[in-house]
Amino acid sequence: MADAVRVDSPLRPRPSAPQSTPAAHITIRGLKKSFQDAVVYDDFSLDLARGKVVSVFGPNGCGKSTLINMVSGLIPCDAGQILFDGKTIEHTRIGYVFQNYREALFPWLRAIDNIHYPLRIMGLDRAARQQRVDKLLAMFDVPIDFNRFPYELSGGQQQTISIMRALVVDPEVLFMDEPFSALDYEMTLFMRDQVQRVLTSTATTTVIVSHDLEEAVFLADEVLLLSRRPTRIAALVAVPIARPRDMDTLSEAEFVRIKTECLNIFRREAKL
Amino acid sequence: MNSRLILKRARPLVGVTILILAWWALAASKIFDPVLLPTPVASLQALIQSFVSGGLAGDFAVTVYRTTAALAIGSAIAIPLGIILGANKDVYESVEFVIDFFRSTPTSAMFPLFLVLFGVGDKTKIAVAAFGCALVILFNVAYGVINSRKTRVLAGKVMGASRLRILFDIYLLESLSQTFVGLRNGVSLALVIVIVAEMFIGSTDGLGRRLIDSQMTFDMPTMYATIFVSGALGYALNWLFFFVEKRVVHWGGK
Repeated sequence: MADAVRVDSPLRPRPSAPQSTPAAHITIRGLKKSFQDAVVYDDFSLDLARGKVVSVFGPNGCGKSTLINMVSGLIPCDAGQILFDGKTIEHTRIGYVFQNYREALFPWLRAIDNIHYPLRIMGLDRAARQQRVDKLLAMFDVPIDFNRFPYELSGGQQQTISIMRALVVDPEVLFMDEPFSALDYEMTLFMRDQVQRVLTSTATTTVIVSHDLEEAVFLADEVLLLSRRPTRIAALVAVPIARPRDMDTLSEAEFVRIKTECLNIFRREAKL
Repeated sequence: MNSRLILKRARPLVGVTILILAWWALAASKIFDPVLLPTPVASLQALIQSFVSGGLAGDFAVTVYRTTAALAIGSAIAIPLGIILGANKDVYESVEFVIDFFRSTPTSAMFPLFLVLFGVGDKTKIAVAAFGCALVILFNVAYGVINSRKTRVLAGKVMGASRLRILFDIYLLESLSQTFVGLRNGVSLALVIVIVAEMFIGSTDGLGRRLIDSQMTFDMPTMYATIFVSGALGYALNWLFFFVEKRVVHWGGK
């Protein structure tokens, strides 16, 4: 029976120590994390595919942000191993977009210098930096005066700068922690479109934490649904909808079906 | 410009006018001995005369020199140290008590110790004032770093910035508003200490010396003139730092 083989497919990782699949970019094995007495992760394992956009969605307090913060090396894990193509985080170039752009951008630097800054850290000279930044600016289609300071720009423009700052280093993995939750709906729609377009063209492995199911499904190649604490993988749902997706996608049957499937899993896990 | 705007602009002058009128009325009424309370006009004449030929300009320059030297030395030590302490919570907690203790100790109580260490002369006055303002600046810088937005530090970390870069590219700038609070308090304190030191620890010049001299010779117009100059100096230094802060920390409060 062909169906029996599917149990071991990369879309259905087993709770403990699955073999790493050839397409896996990020492998997480035996992850443990507790805060005070609360066990958030206990023997958590997961493979994330190369070049895919994965949305992380789950009940409040299940540790969505904790997961990407551990994977991106912002907070330590208590035990376990996280590898990127077999390398540790120290040897991996990453980009991270924070939820709160106001507190993440450097207000003492002009927008353009914010984008240059990570390249400076990498030790690139002015010409090399300029070349990379020009290439990036060509990808984004936004009317922003890059010579302004972040506090002189709108929220959407500031978050765009944050995303550009994360992408300018050509990261192997991009992390986004609820990147649009501080923006109004109109701006969110615009930003989704931008991000989708850029990520499709760069094929960067991306992990997005979202608190909005529609957004999670819209942006993702795969939606990672998490359970309540101690957190397990409730499901890894594929979103095989062609890109570019647009506003009309939101009402297409396939999109609605996947969103409903995710919602049902979520309701079961959140016990709503 | 309408009249309401003119009134608004003129409002800060109201207090000054009341003060001068009250002073003038008291002096004119001769309730106090005219020797002790000369008229504003006599004091103003003394002020001009002291500046032109009485050596007030020289004393003023000496006090400014000592205060700025003390502030420069104090901040050169306190700002880098404050950043390092603030960024390392464990280290800060280990020395917090010592800093707090000496910050709470009246700096004037340190005069005898500094006299022993540096002898009488410029060095003592500058050193003791630098000591006092360094503690104030150190405390504020460390406090600014401790309370800085951690997200920016994390942003630097994910970019792969070294510890040193994070200290001086991020923590230094993050704490800049609080550093200016420290600098303003520090310069006020340095001026106080310098003037007291000039009064009491073997000085031949400076505004403090001039104040004590004029008091001993009952040269009250000169004394009032010197008090006024000291006040103007303190106010100007404070204003200068406000002005520089607005320019430098352009993102403050935004």
